Amino acid sequence: MVEEKTYPIQLTVNGRQRALDVNARKLLVHALRDDLCLTGTHVGCDTSQCGACAVEVGGKTVKSCTILAVQVDGETVQTIESIGTANELDPVQAAFKACHALQCGYCTPGMVMATRELLRRSPNPDEDMIRDALHGNICRCTGYHNIVEAVQQVAMQVARNEVRLEL
Amino acid sequence: MTRQPPPLSVDARSLVGAEVRRREDGRLLRGRAIFCDDVQLPEMVYAAFIRSPHAHARITALDTSGALAHPAVLCALTLEDLDKAGVGPIKPNWVVSECHVPRRPVLADGTVRFVGEPVAVVVASSREAAVDAAELVQVEYDPLPAVSDAEAALAADSVPIHENVPGNLIGRWDIGGGDVEAAFARAHSHVKLRLENNRLIPSALEPRAIVAQYEADTQQFTMHVSSQMPHMCRRWVAETLHVPESRLRVIAPEVGGGFGSKMHLYPEEIVVPFCARLLQRPVKWTETRSENHVATTHGRAHTEYIEAAVEKDGRILGMKLRTVANMGAYLSNMATGIPTVNCATFGTGCYRIENYQATVDLVTTNTVPVDAYRGAGRPEAAYIIERTVDAVANHLSLDPCKVRELNMIEKGEFPYQPYGNPIFTFDSGDYQQSFNKAKELIGYDQTRQRQREMRAGGRYIGVAVTNYNEICGVGRSHELAMVGFDRGGWESAAIRVHSDGTVTFLTGSMPSGQGHATSYAQIVAAELQLPLESVDVVYGDTAMVPMGNGTYNSRSMPVGGSAAKRCAMLVLEKARALAAKWLGDDASTLRYESGKFHGESGEVEFAQVARLAHLAHMLPEGQTPGLDVDFKYEPEAMSSPHGSHAAIVEVDVETGTVKLLKYVAVDDVGTLVNPLLATGQVHGGVVQGVGQALFELADYGDDAQLLSGSLLDYALPKFDQVCSIESHFFETPSPTNPLGAKGVGEAGACAAPPLMVAAVCDALSPFGISHLDMPLTAPRIWRAIQKSRETENS
Repeated sequence: MVEEKTYPIQLTVNGRQRALDVNARKLLVHALRDDLCLTGTHVGCDTSQCGACAVEVGGKTVKSCTILAVQVDGETVQTIESIGTANELDPVQAAFKACHALQCGYCTPGMVMATRELLRRSPNPDEDMIRDALHGNICRCTGYHNIVEAVQQVAMQVARNEVRLEL
Repeated sequence: MTRQPPPLSVDARSLVGAEVRRREDGRLLRGRAIFCDDVQLPEMVYAAFIRSPHAHARITALDTSGALAHPAVLCALTLEDLDKAGVGPIKPNWVVSECHVPRRPVLADGTVRFVGEPVAVVVASSREAAVDAAELVQVEYDPLPAVSDAEAALAADSVPIHENVPGNLIGRWDIGGGDVEAAFARAHSHVKLRLENNRLIPSALEPRAIVAQYEADTQQFTMHVSSQMPHMCRRWVAETLHVPESRLRVIAPEVGGGFGSKMHLYPEEIVVPFCARLLQRPVKWTETRSENHVATTHGRAHTEYIEAAVEKDGRILGMKLRTVANMGAYLSNMATGIPTVNCATFGTGCYRIENYQATVDLVTTNTVPVDAYRGAGRPEAAYIIERTVDAVANHLSLDPCKVRELNMIEKGEFPYQPYGNPIFTFDSGDYQQSFNKAKELIGYDQTRQRQREMRAGGRYIGVAVTNYNEICGVGRSHELAMVGFDRGGWESAAIRVHSDGTVTFLTGSMPSGQGHATSYAQIVAAELQLPLESVDVVYGDTAMVPMGNGTYNSRSMPVGGSAAKRCAMLVLEKARALAAKWLGDDASTLRYESGKFHGESGEVEFAQVARLAHLAHMLPEGQTPGLDVDFKYEPEAMSSPHGSHAAIVEVDVETGTVKLLKYVAVDDVGTLVNPLLATGQVHGGVVQGVGQALFELADYGDDAQLLSGSLLDYALPKFDQVCSIESHFFETPSPTNPLGAKGVGEAGACAAPPLMVAAVCDALSPFGISHLDMPLTAPRIWRAIQKSRETENS
């Protein structure tokens, strides 16, 4: 039996230069979780429906279960671990906490990343826009109501200059 | 409107009822929380299961040599290997009287009985290698006829699935009271209906996962399991693997949702530690989403035949129910109790129906085993009775709200024993209050007016108000014995008071999103009158929490919370005695306020008393060192939350699509420990109920192949398919537990399905449509409309 061929890749993850050897079929989400021990990004499905795996590649939010690790050679990747600190949550995270927009927390990292993408594109979204923009992220616990409120809250806080949001 | 947390200086005593923000959120929001698949151990290897692609077949050849030849494979096992070690079988935990229990081997025993049944396992050094190696296991099958439908399985010519289950009938159970025949004889008329309670996939977003380790020198197992009840998991795994419980530690880390699917003994929970012991390396198994659809339990899956005897004014005199409940290919943990004790018992719902007879047939089929799913029998019961009431209204051309109002049990009638049954009593309730509130908040009369106007313009909106009640907060242990439930109903609470006065609270409950790290801290801090920050909560690890029954049946507040409160009261009693000794006062004259004992001779803080207790220099007569208390709370009774929900929908009759316009939830779940968390539970339950009503179906083909193989084919509700939910609570404290809580986790799942169907059918009533089976997908609605139009034209 032949050993599977691996490919060296270089990528910047959360501001750090990383070098990995990965086989061709390794998904980015598995490279992040298993090889780089960044387990905040989650796997919730196997058909790209749920969004729990969302990360930022080159400044855009993407589903990391649908990208091969070899495809991000040379790219900049941001995962949930780069958002907020233990002492100070990022404004999106703080709004989620204030509005009880998470229960089990499994969808939450992907939900935060998707919210960031939404606010990048539409700083002032109404409820319909929020529900439409986030429909690629599934939550089984919250029923979505509080997540919508959280997004509305942080958008308003940004508009009123009450918080500084770095997207 | 910006949601604000309560001010920091909130009086400790008012912590119960405060919208405290969750302390677990920080780690979850930052991706620092550890779920099972996040656990990485040195030398860890990966398991993959080989599962049957056939619904029913004999295994004619099973050859693992191809897998064993793969360089990355460490072992490949079948039932033969487990049998040699005397491991298994898997036994159910709740068997209602006189059931034929099929023998359930841990891995297939020469016959496979459902698509997904595990046949073999391989363990390899990487995830990818395990998947590759699984494909190298050669299995040959001789297919047999298969059946997925429960009624078809009962037919005389159906293929027998288990030798010891004649006619595929696992058991028959009944309950009733009053004189049903007399009621039917004297009634004005009878109404008949047939309901499908659609098979569902619980779909917790975190797939099931296990990491098992074995320490050969001490013969000690440690298992990380995504579980709603680590202590029960420990008991069942130890029993089935034939190892001492004292040498098995189960740790449930962060659990990403459960909804009833992570509280049963599964084959993987036996095989994975078995491999860990064999290989003496940690073994990880994580299901994929597609695997979850065939490896983890399904929910619901009933057909109901109902007859109601009614008077002309809409009063329901009597009711007959026959349920055909699909158990799947094997009996899962709680399976037999769900459609029987948990469902048929409550078929009369919120209404005064004094003559009732119900029979439940438990049937085996070639499908994934069916077990509890949010509500576990009570959503099915709410569906039965609420659809019946709507059918009665339709039959008599009465407003469905009027029929409900006429038949609802009134406040003065509590405690109320439905149809005189001896098993349970609804202890309290005010159904009229919640019903009227829901009607008011949805704007029922105005909406009827708007409906008429819109119909004139060719647009179809529907409005409905429905009720639910349920029994939860299991329960009195000796009552569990009476119904064949092989477990206790108590819950454990332990308080460790450290020598600096800080407190650790340990609970046998196990959250999977409910916020116990916060809510239990609120209860304990409130009782001890200490700052919230001085109380930490521990759960999930059987090495830290000695006993527990876990979280299900909405018991974490009524039972676990009552345990917490009582435990804290006992700590204060100990502290009071020591404080009195220290101050030289009589214990009964001391006043305890905001963390300080005040006596005639002086005062002493709780933290100081804690230190004194650790020093034990001068303890009162008979008192032991420390202020720690280990407590087990035995509930007095189960509790009965209830509510009324209302909704407005619009149906696009050209496409069959339903748009949810407005949803109102009015619930009385007793004392709210944290209203923010309680509202979250209502939201989540409602949307799961909407999912059942409009979108979700675990669908089988004629050959018992699961068609709903992934999230491409199983439609979980999404953001843009539901609306915001207006939630209102009435707080009538439960009279049967010290916290007054009734349980809120499953309320929404009980309420929403019959409400959605009622609202959609109300929209479609101009088409003569009074009932459609769930899920009310666009094609189903569209076809019904076309059929109605054809009938009209002909």
